[in-house]
Amino acid sequence: MTDYQLIVVGGGPAGLAAAIAAWEEGLTKILVVERDRDLGGILNQCIHNGFGLHHFGEELTGPEYAGRFVQKLAETGVSVLTDAMVLEVTPEKQVRLVSREMGYQELTAQAVVLAMGCRERTRGAIGTPGTRPAGVFTAGAAQRYVNIEGQMPGKRVVILGSGDIGLIMARRMTLEGAKVLACVELMPYSGGLTRNIVQCLQDYDIPLYLSHTITEIRGKNRLSGVTVAQVGPDRAPIPGTEQDFACDTLLLSVGLVPENELTRAAGIPIDPHTNGAVVYENRETECPGIFACGNVLQVHDLVDYVTAESELAGRAAAAYLAGGCPADDEPYIAVDAGAAIGYTVPQRIRPGKIDKSAELFFRVRAPMKKSRILVTSGGVQLAAYPRERLAPGEMERIQLPKSLLQKAMGSITVSAEEVAE
Amino acid sequence: MKELICICCPRGCHLQVDETQDYAVTGNACPRGAEYGRAECTAPTRVVTSTVAVRGAAYPRCPVKTAAPIPKGKIFEVMATLDGLTLRAPVTLGQVVVKNAAGTGVDVVATRTLE
Ligand SMILES: Cc1cc2nc3c(=O)[nH]c(=O)nc-3n(C[C@H](O)[C@H](O)[C@H](O)COP(=O)(O)OP(=O)(O)OC[C@H]3O[C@@H](n4cnc5c(N)ncnc54)[C@H](O)[C@@H]3O)c2cc1C
Ligand code: SF4
Repeated sequence: MTDYQLIVVGGGPAGLAAAIAAWEEGLTKILVVERDRDLGGILNQCIHNGFGLHHFGEELTGPEYAGRFVQKLAETGVSVLTDAMVLEVTPEKQVRLVSREMGYQELTAQAVVLAMGCRERTRGAIGTPGTRPAGVFTAGAAQRYVNIEGQMPGKRVVILGSGDIGLIMARRMTLEGAKVLACVELMPYSGGLTRNIVQCLQDYDIPLYLSHTITEIRGKNRLSGVTVAQVGPDRAPIPGTEQDFACDTLLLSVGLVPENELTRAAGIPIDPHTNGAVVYENRETECPGIFACGNVLQVHDLVDYVTAESELAGRAAAAYLAGGCPADDEPYIAVDAGAAIGYTVPQRIRPGKIDKSAELFFRVRAPMKKSRILVTSGGVQLAAYPRERLAPGEMERIQLPKSLLQKAMGSITVSAEEVAE
Repeated sequence: MKELICICCPRGCHLQVDETQDYAVTGNACPRGAEYGRAECTAPTRVVTSTVAVRGAAYPRCPVKTAAPIPKGKIFEVMATLDGLTLRAPVTLGQVVVKNAAGTGVDVVATRTLE
C-alpha cells in the first residue's frame, strides 16, 4: 500500500497543471508538495501581463494565471502541503520531505511528477573582476523584493544580460522611480522576446548595448559603478571601448538553470544540453513512473507551453497507473539535436505510445533568417518545416506524425538551415 | 517612414509605416501587423501593471493592473495615482483599486486575492 497514487513535487504552474490533469483522468489520491507559503510558483512575482495568450486566449498577469489554476485545483480533491520541502525522491518513489506542520515525513507513491522549476544563473557576476559590494542582485531576486516585499533595491541601475526577466525589471524599476542606465548584452542579439525589447526598453528610452559586457564592478560597501566595454567576435573585451556608469545597483539576467538536485540524486539521467531529465514523449524519465515537466525539464519562455507540457505529464502518470505500472521495455526512437539545434525535448519517442503525432520542442543556437527545419533518419530526409525566422529566445515546436516516426530507423536528427529569401 | 517590429506574434515582421500615406503599413504578413503598426504610430497604448500597499495580508504588496490598455503617455500619471494608496485585506481578484485612473476612463484592479 502506498500513501498516494501520485505525488507532485512543486506547486508552480507545472505542478498545478499536472495534478489537475491526473485528477481529471481519474486518480483520486494525489498530493502536491510546495516549499513556499503559497501555490503558484514564480508567477506570483511576475506581476506583468502577457501570460495565457495561447491557453486562455487573453492576456493575464502572472498572479492571475496562477490564480486560475489554484482555483481549479481547489475544486478537486487533490491534497496540498505548502511550507513543505521535498528532500529526496527515490527510484522506488519514496518521497522524503520536511514541513512546518508535520516535521520530517516519508511518503510513498506509485508515480511522481517532478515540477521544481528553475533558478537563476549567477555566472557573469562570478567571472567579473572587481570588488564584491552590496547592490548586485539577480533580476529575479530584485523582482521578488519589489513586487512581493515592496522594497526597492536601488536608484541607479545597470542590467547585465537581456533575458526576459532583466527586461521586465528594467521597466519595473523605471516605473518605481529608479533610473535604468543601460542593459548590457554579451551576444550580438537579445535573448529576450521582441515584445519585451519594445515595451520594456524602447518605451522608456533605455539603451541596449549588444556585444558588450561588464569588465569591472566597483564599490567598497555599496556598489558605486561598473565599467562596460564592447566585445569582439571572440567575446573578449576590446581595449579602448570602456565606458563607466555610476550606479548603485547591478541586476544580473544571464539565464535560468533547471533545479534538478532531486532528479540527479535519484539517479535519473540528465541531458547536458537542457540540464533537465532525459524524457520520453509523455515526459516520463528513464525511471518508470517518474515524470518531469515545466521549467525543471527545459527552460520555457511561455507559461502556456508549461501548462500544456504538464497536462501531458499528468495524464501520462494516470495512464501509467491504469496500465498497472509497467516496467519500460518498449522500443524508442532517439531524437538527436543536429546542425544549428541546441536541444530537443523529448529526447526519446516511443511510436507505440503516441496516438497521431508527437510534439517536439527545441531551440536554435543562433538567430536565423528564412529557414527550414529538417527531420532526417539514416541520412534520409523524412520531413521539412519552413520558418520565416528562428531565434534562440523563442522555443520552436514541430509535430512528428506517427507515420513519419514509423519510417525512422532507430533515431532521427533535427537540424535547421537558412534558405534563400 | 517609421520602422518597427510587429510584436503581435513570434514571427516578428519588420514593418514600415508611412506617416505621409495615412500610416500605410508594409512588411506585415497579416492584417494584425497593419493594425499594430498604425496604432503604434498614432495612438500607442499599454496595460500598466504595478503593486500597491496592503495591510492585514501575508504580504505587504498587492499586484494590480489597468483593466484595459491606456495611452502610453499616461503611464506615469497612472503610476502616481497608486502612490500613498493602502488597501486593507481581504482583497479579491478584480476588485477596483482606483476608479478612472488619471482620467483615462480605465480602472486599476487587483490581480491577486489576498486574505
Ligand atoms: C521573471 C520571469 C518572467 C516571466 N515572464 C513570462 C511572460 O511574460 N509570459 C510567459 O508566458 N511566461 C513567462 N515566464 C515563464 C513562466 O513564468 C515559467 O515558465 C513558469 O512559471 C514555469 O513554471 P514551473 O511550475 O515549471 O516553475 P515555477 O513557477 O518555478 O514553480 C516551481 C515550484 O516548485 C517549488 N519547489 C522547487 N523545489 C521544491 C522542493 N524540493 N520541494 C517543494 N517544492 C519545491 C518552488 O517553490 C516553486 O513554487 C517568466 C518567468 C520568469 C522567472
Ligand atoms: S504582421 Fe502578422 S505575422 Fe507578422 S508579426 Fe505581426 S501578427 Fe505576426
